[in-house]
Amino acid sequence: MSVNVMVLAEHTDGQVSDGTYELIGQARALAAALGGVTEVALLGRADLAGQLGPADVVVCVEHPALEEYVPEAYERALLEVLAQRSPRLLLLSNATIGLDLGAALSVHWDAPLAAYVSALEIDGGAVVATAQILGGKVLAEVELPGRRGIATLLGGAFGADLGAAGAGPEVVHVAPPAGLGALRMSLRSVVGPDGGDIDISAADLLVSVGRGIESQENLETVQELADALGAPLSASRPVVDAGWLPKSRQVGQSGLKVKPRVYLAFGISGAPEHLEGMRRSEMIIACNTDPGAPIFGVAHYGTTLDLFDLVPELVDKVRG
Amino acid sequence: MRIVVPIKAVPDLVEEIDLAADETGIDREYLTFVISEWDAQALEEALLLKDAGGAEVVAVGLADDPDIDQLLYTALAKGADAAVKLTGAGAAGPSGPSGTRTADRAALLAAYLDAQPADLVITGVQAADDLDGQLPSRLAALLDLPHVSVVIGVEVGGGSATVRQEFAGGRSHELQVQMPAVIGVQSARQAPRYAPITRIRQAMNAGGLSELAVPARAAGDGLVVRRVHRPEASGKAEMMTGSAGEVAGQIVGLLRARGLVKG
Ligand SMILES: Cc1cc2nc3c(=O)[nH]c(=O)nc-3n(C[C@H](O)[C@H](O)[C@H](O)COP(=O)(O)OP(=O)(O)OC[C@H]3O[C@@H](n4cnc5c(N)ncnc54)[C@H](O)[C@@H]3O)c2cc1C
Ligand SMILES: Nc1ncnc2c1ncn2[C@@H]1O[C@H](COP(=O)(O)O)[C@@H](O)[C@H]1O
Repeated sequence: MSVNVMVLAEHTDGQVSDGTYELIGQARALAAALGGVTEVALLGRADLAGQLGPADVVVCVEHPALEEYVPEAYERALLEVLAQRSPRLLLLSNATIGLDLGAALSVHWDAPLAAYVSALEIDGGAVVATAQILGGKVLAEVELPGRRGIATLLGGAFGADLGAAGAGPEVVHVAPPAGLGALRMSLRSVVGPDGGDIDISAADLLVSVGRGIESQENLETVQELADALGAPLSASRPVVDAGWLPKSRQVGQSGLKVKPRVYLAFGISGAPEHLEGMRRSEMIIACNTDPGAPIFGVAHYGTTLDLFDLVPELVDKVRG
Repeated sequence: MRIVVPIKAVPDLVEEIDLAADETGIDREYLTFVISEWDAQALEEALLLKDAGGAEVVAVGLADDPDIDQLLYTALAKGADAAVKLTGAGAAGPSGPSGTRTADRAALLAAYLDAQPADLVITGVQAADDLDGQLPSRLAALLDLPHVSVVIGVEVGGGSATVRQEFAGGRSHELQVQMPAVIGVQSARQAPRYAPITRIRQAMNAGGLSELAVPARAAGDGLVVRRVHRPEASGKAEMMTGSAGEVAGQIVGLLRARGLVKG
């Protein structure tokens, strides 16, 4: 076993994801505390190693089944990497890939897993994670017992590390395990996002609405405000899942990341997956009847007024 | 085709969550428990498969979950063919900050599925209190089945399932997976159907809920909870007070100062 910290790199279209650099940033801090180095597992695209400057070691596995993310292929390859490199800690995103692989690796690699992690530290040799549970309403400080562990990290909770580690990482190759030739699943197609709608990530001002709006008919009131302000209407995931607004309006982990000058949030609780998409807005103004709503943890201004009382007043004031 | 849908009761997040006096968990006594919203999506996806081509849908819960009977009867009222409540969780290990740990939950469900296998296990991508990770891939690992999570649509045919796995920004992968398999659902192809209270009462009166004792399996070392607390950050926002008209005036002032409202 080593005292190294390993990160699984995520990439699409030949580009390493922003989230990967956040994981690496955290891995470097932990590796320094443990006296180890930062390793990045790079599956299927060894040609992207040059993008992983901040890592000390890049561990590549090459196989046609790994070109795009396929859960079973990634799991088998990563288990081979873990067996050969024996890191002290493995860091994954708390997004699709980490949610998909984390718990299975926990069983097969026999390591405890902490999910929804927003902070990680080494405390006298022990790995201690802070997990944001119950939609961000409660923080749990947990210790990962044993000699290895896995954590899935919330996006946007950690700063990205874009700095290069001296001469660039050492690149090592691990032979693909035989199991990659006998997978029980295959990739049929890659589907891109729907285009055509307005781009909410380009707006200076967003009027954003969550489940507090209760129904499609009620969207009318916030739409009126958006029109008066000349701003697009955006939303949290449940509003989009209900079919009330198109996917192109969804803000968050599985939607779009936005950074407007002002983000107006009505009836949005502020779950970690939503915050990931809007917490870097220059100014956030939140309206939520629940004073304990996590959105107030990132908002600059807040009100616990009922959105159905506030929004019509806003429309009046904007129209002058 | 037999589809098993594990469902979990979680605290209703609309309510205030009180912490337990020893600060290692939450005070569950006065909370309302509801089905994890992603399990409601998973049940809907399973019922859509049943509607499309016929399937036996079995909803499974743990007897230790609060209000689980109500949630299982709701599943029956929505169209599940059977509902099963597993006992044995108490024997499996200590509770986490919000009930049975996912690792123990997975071990109990794996014992059930070993005895009564399913062609598809469809459950929610996560539950809001999954401290030690998510159920779908943990369960798949214990059963040695293939798994795909964060799924937004399932179709079946010819011994395999075709699923859409969602990534950031509206991108997705279509994967073909051999059955049996475990699927974690992010959202169903349509919003979960509604079960009128009269139908739920009928299901209760019909009493179609069975109970089954399963042997607890050791789930390995779990996390050690040191402390739970509320986020200190709540208090960061400057709270605006006054009538709706006054607050609206303040907000418009902020927008005007940034040139986002003319005049
Ligand atoms: C893999 C994954 C990816 C996800 N990706 C995203 C994503 O990209 N974007 C996203 O948003 N979510 C995402 N989610 C979902 C996320 O976990 C939450 O479920 C979601 O953000 C909650 O949306 P909400 O805040 O609108 O609803 P809720 O959490 O239900 O909050 C509604 C809020 O409205 C308030 N309210 C109610 N009535 C009123 C009123 N009259 N006036 C004022 N306030 C009121 C309530 O107090 C409550 O806080 C994802 C989840 C998973 C598992
Ligand atoms: N919009 C929603 N908000 C919160 N919980 C929901 C929502 N939709 C469904 N659920 C959950 O699913 C259960 C069944 O709801 P329904 O589908 O409305 O019968 C409820 O008790 C909730 O726990």
